[in-house]
Amino acid sequence: MKTITFSEALGEAILEEMQRDDTIFTYGEDIAKQGGIFGAYKSLLGKFPNRIFDTPISEEAIYGSALGAALVGMRPMVEFHFSDFLFTGIQSITLQIEKIRYMTGGQGKLHLLLRGPDGVSNSAAAQHSESIETIFMHIPGIKIIIPSTPYDIKGMIKTSLRSDDPIICFEHKSLYSQKGEVPEEEYLIPLGKADIKKEGKDITVVTISRMVHESLKAANELVKDGIDLEIIDLRTLLPWDKETVIKSVQKTNRLIIAHETWRRAGWGAEIASTIQEEAFDSLDAPIIRIGAYNVPMPFSSVLQNFVTPDKQNIITAAKKMMGEM
Amino acid sequence: MQKIRKFEQAAEQLFLEGKLPGFIHLYIGEEAIAAGVMATLNKNDYITSTHRGHGHMIAKGGDINLMMAELFGKTTGYCKGKGGSMHIADFSVGVLGANGVVGGGLPIAIGAGLGIKIKETSQVAIAFFGDGAANTGAFHESLNFASIFRLPVVFINENNQYASTAKKQETTSVENISDRAISYSIPGVTIDGNNVLAVYEAAKEAVERARDKGGPTLIEAKTYRLKGHFVGDPTKYREQTEVNNFWGKEPINIFEKQLINWEILNQKEINNINERLDNQILEAIKFAENSPEPLPEEALTDLFVDDTGYDY
Ligand SMILES: Cc1ncc(C[n+]2csc(CCOP(=O)(O)OP(=O)(O)O)c2C)c(N)n1
Ligand SMILES: [Mg+2]
Repeated sequence: MKTITFSEALGEAILEEMQRDDTIFTYGEDIAKQGGIFGAYKSLLGKFPNRIFDTPISEEAIYGSALGAALVGMRPMVEFHFSDFLFTGIQSITLQIEKIRYMTGGQGKLHLLLRGPDGVSNSAAAQHSESIETIFMHIPGIKIIIPSTPYDIKGMIKTSLRSDDPIICFEHKSLYSQKGEVPEEEYLIPLGKADIKKEGKDITVVTISRMVHESLKAANELVKDGIDLEIIDLRTLLPWDKETVIKSVQKTNRLIIAHETWRRAGWGAEIASTIQEEAFDSLDAPIIRIGAYNVPMPFSSVLQNFVTPDKQNIITAAKKMMGEM
Repeated sequence: MQKIRKFEQAAEQLFLEGKLPGFIHLYIGEEAIAAGVMATLNKNDYITSTHRGHGHMIAKGGDINLMMAELFGKTTGYCKGKGGSMHIADFSVGVLGANGVVGGGLPIAIGAGLGIKIKETSQVAIAFFGDGAANTGAFHESLNFASIFRLPVVFINENNQYASTAKKQETTSVENISDRAISYSIPGVTIDGNNVLAVYEAAKEAVERARDKGGPTLIEAKTYRLKGHFVGDPTKYREQTEVNNFWGKEPINIFEKQLINWEILNQKEINNINERLDNQILEAIKFAENSPEPLPEEALTDLFVDDTGYDY
């Protein structure tokens, strides 16, 4: 084992896969000159000059070209710079990438990966802070991964670069500098498999990304209140690991879903609805969803902190659920 | 120009001291463009700005106290702390917003142009945007749209030669961005964006044409971003000698020398102006520092005019 940052682990995954498969190439804005805005490409500086390059600020063309390249046998990996700027090229994803294989009766393999940062981070404000994974869960046609640790990003990016389906990967800005253990030897992590980060008996917390870490902090603090959380990091949102969640709820009989994206019609609603349809008898309490207030992200840190969910929301919800409030 | 420069220098300093959150994109070296263009406008003309928007705001008549308070995220700021540097706006002086989305302002400016055309006033709308923005779909769509409807819009391209780490010539198919005007059958000119009088002359001609129902113009003002893309940018994508060279061509020094040569101002008068501006900036900082932080619950205001929509 070695201890490296999330962005170093990501860089290793890209480097190893590019060395293994020369159909992989990667492009986006500001990746080749300074190693990417969050340092993911630092270890790749100067390597593969023809297969790592910067593009103009032309998002519709960037995302759409990934589709075209995949159709002719390449494995493009595109960095979307900030998840917010998926919107300036959105038709290439939602109307093209997500539809073409189905519309053409299963022709072609869309081995392409879109990846980049999302989420709230110190006062980036409304147009640079969004978590928009739910949109891709709603519109059928692209798989979604959201790793929360260096170990997971490395294993899941490697798997994604070998997959034959289109995948979008969201990396929370606050994670890039976080450190964690990564094996020296090669490994892959299958998509669609959740990771039980902590076993517990009282409440199941289903979460992803930054909120995994907030949930773990909440679990620590709740020990003194005698509340034992089971924390499930979904890691893949589409397809999500229903079996693991149901099994856990059958044990704890309580469910909290915690995400950073807006609470209203966030993906937590989908999980909650599925669990009440399929495991209603196991539930001893109404499911609680935790998400951001339904407003664009404000600039001031006071306002940002108010809007953004953190461990405190989980602690409050858990206590309420256990009848302590 | 000098007011913009001093505001930006103060913002940089405050950011480095850790007093300002978020991102700050400085306009240092590009001041002649905002100053020259805005000198041709009336208060009721409109502009759309960019992520590098402090200069546009100041030149259009924005209040630096309210701007500084916004950079601090205070309730007294232009956006009550909700927007920050990249989203400062003052609709009352015609600033329809800075923008965190590259190219985001161009469609908004043509919309203002549509409104002006339908209302049949003699106002104009100006879209400021960078060299990087000239490669967005929004740029091409907006120029075509403005051309076919002959909208009273002037497109001001601030070609500072970089789009964050990307050199303009490595990402842009044309030598001069103004060459792209040909595709949309509108006039296009390239000017020295560090020469405030050249900017003024070109903008005046384009603005008059727009007011006279002559349709849109594309002006490319060549300039140079003397600071990093944002405060804190490691700036490894260019040589320091290149930056030093452009410090020798920065617009304020050039214009000051001209004013002295032409005996319009003497050094003492320039010093007086500088002193007055320094005081204004200090006042703005004091105003911002002494202003209250927003209350957390104020996050749940300003979404809709009827103040609904927060819960469901
Ligand atoms: C649609 C979109 N894509 C990417 C970004 C990230 N970004 C912010 S500023 C910038 C460079 C803009 O360059 P330019 O238009 O030349 O303006 P300058 O910063 O030089 O003033 C980029 C890529 C963004 N804000 N919006
Ligand atoms: Mg530029």
